Amino acid sequence: MNVVHGTDHTQTPPSSEEVLIQVEHLQKYFPLKKKKIFGPPEVVKAVDDISFKIYKGETLGLVGESGCGKSTLGRNLLRLQEPTGGKVFLRDVNFTDLSKKELRSYRKHVQMIYQDPFGSLNPRFTVGQVIGEMLTIHKLATGDARTKKIKELLALVGLDPDRIDNYPHEFSGGQRQRIGIARSLALDPEFIVADEPVSALDVSVQSQIINLLIRLKKELGLTLLFIAHGLNVVRHISDRVGVMYLGKLVELSGTDDLFDHPAHPYTAVLLSTVPDADPAARRERIVLKGEVPSPINPPSGCRFRTRCPLATEKCAELLPELEEIRPGHHVACHYPLEEGESLKERISKNDKGAVNL
Amino acid sequence: MMKSASTLIDTVPTPKQKQVKSTVFSRLRKNNIAFAAFLFIIALHLLVFIGPLIWRVSPEALTTHGALTGWSLQTPMGTDEIGRDVLARILHGGRVTLLVGLTSMLFSVFLGVVVGACAGFFNKVVESILMRITEAMMAIPNFFFVLVALTVLGTSPVMVVIVIAVSSWMEIARVVYGETLKWKQYEFVEAANAAGASPLRILIRYVIPQIYPSIIVAGTLCIAWAILTESAISYLGLGIQPPTPTWGNMLQNAQQYIWTAPILGILPGVAITLIVLAYNFLGDGLRDALDPKVVRKK
Repeated sequence: MNVVHGTDHTQTPPSSEEVLIQVEHLQKYFPLKKKKIFGPPEVVKAVDDISFKIYKGETLGLVGESGCGKSTLGRNLLRLQEPTGGKVFLRDVNFTDLSKKELRSYRKHVQMIYQDPFGSLNPRFTVGQVIGEMLTIHKLATGDARTKKIKELLALVGLDPDRIDNYPHEFSGGQRQRIGIARSLALDPEFIVADEPVSALDVSVQSQIINLLIRLKKELGLTLLFIAHGLNVVRHISDRVGVMYLGKLVELSGTDDLFDHPAHPYTAVLLSTVPDADPAARRERIVLKGEVPSPINPPSGCRFRTRCPLATEKCAELLPELEEIRPGHHVACHYPLEEGESLKERISKNDKGAVNL
Repeated sequence: MMKSASTLIDTVPTPKQKQVKSTVFSRLRKNNIAFAAFLFIIALHLLVFIGPLIWRVSPEALTTHGALTGWSLQTPMGTDEIGRDVLARILHGGRVTLLVGLTSMLFSVFLGVVVGACAGFFNKVVESILMRITEAMMAIPNFFFVLVALTVLGTSPVMVVIVIAVSSWMEIARVVYGETLKWKQYEFVEAANAAGASPLRILIRYVIPQIYPSIIVAGTLCIAWAILTESAISYLGLGIQPPTPTWGNMLQNAQQYIWTAPILGILPGVAITLIVLAYNFLGDGLRDALDPKVVRKK
């Protein structure tokens, strides 16, 4: 995804201070199959006590390694899975308190774009049916008005409206992803969760879809939660970025701020793995030792401490909370990096300090 | 003559060959035995349902030609032990037999799909209850169940259909259950949920249509089993009662004359064998044709 590097960024600060989505202490625990006879049942803490806000009109990127709980967070936000605990507010509405019936009618405000362009479309529906279902379920349009709306949506996402009666298997991966986007737009939602919408696509098609999302966001004033593991993609599309590690949100900040001055050691390591297009810039990669710990038995205190080059005893005892260390820059770390300070510098500084002792 | 690059480019492409889409039918067409079975089944159904409109001889009335006569123009397949026209009886008997097969298949498919889909789609409680019932039913020997049920409930045609259906829906339920479990995990099902579709709508519009191929195969094989069962219970005298002819009770009558007039037994016997065989072949052929992943050996 180096191609998108250096193109004009859409990183405007949140266009308003209006909070659209507020997540409070969201938790999702998956119980394990085998139960211990004594003691509490073992659980996987896929999403563990996460709180943040999404402002109206912004794109919040969410990055992290596979299995860190990004997708689970997205699904629980929309109550596609029932969260174990916590609250999600859409403006003033407590999403987590709605009954199943209320939730169904409320779903038109929040939509989802999926990763797999093949599994996310009903193979026995034509494109028109796939999109039209949305209108039918919420009784928004019938007959000619429905057809007209579907064709408009297809044109909006850059597909030929005359292909309304084709089946999904007659389209390519990128086109199918466009169909998925058209479907999510059918109900004029305010908020869309895009769960790795480009991970399954070719690089050339990825940038098309990303640019489509950026255009749609501008034209329709959408608010996006963009989940991805490609850092460049996230940098290109996001206004703010959140970083997840083992079910915890470890850092949340404006995109440029986060990419240029990461405060959490994990973010710094993550960013050092991104290949740079500029051969002159010799950035040294920092390689983490060990594996991601099991989420069944996460480390005490800070989740990252087992692999963190800066970890001390305090990290093992006290769980760092997400705190605002600089304006708009939130981080969950006892020893956040200063602005402009690199992880290498900090490590060598610490080493010197240790020698001096 | 050498062609220059430009002429090559300008060459009108040969009109595309008409694309033969690989449909279920075209794939079935390639399987000779299954396709022959398919044609045979259609032909036989046409014969027994249209035949009696042309050959207007009552299957229950005595003819004036006498009993156990040979084949002639007036009685193309002779007459039976009390002088009834055998051709008319074969045609009308086929009507009853095939109709019992079809209706009990429909009924049993309906039961199987409802039970299997609900067990696979809804929560653990529904699943446990429905699948335990299914397994309990499977533990009862089929034929024994049919015999006991018909002895107790009587042998009207409707009852025969119901009992056969009730004894044969479990296989279908298990197939549908498994497929439902598989399909409900697809993202388009979650997308429908995210769209705000009701669970019933998701089940009927999103999940069950994916299972049609399996249902069709199971249904085809189910007809064969229903016809066989109906014939067997008629042969034992518990099926549809004389004088209404079915291929099964014709066989039962014929066994007394097996040495003197073997043709009376051979005709319905061969008819049953062929139709059951044809349905089995068709079912196997459909299974291959509906599942493109199966590599057919050639």
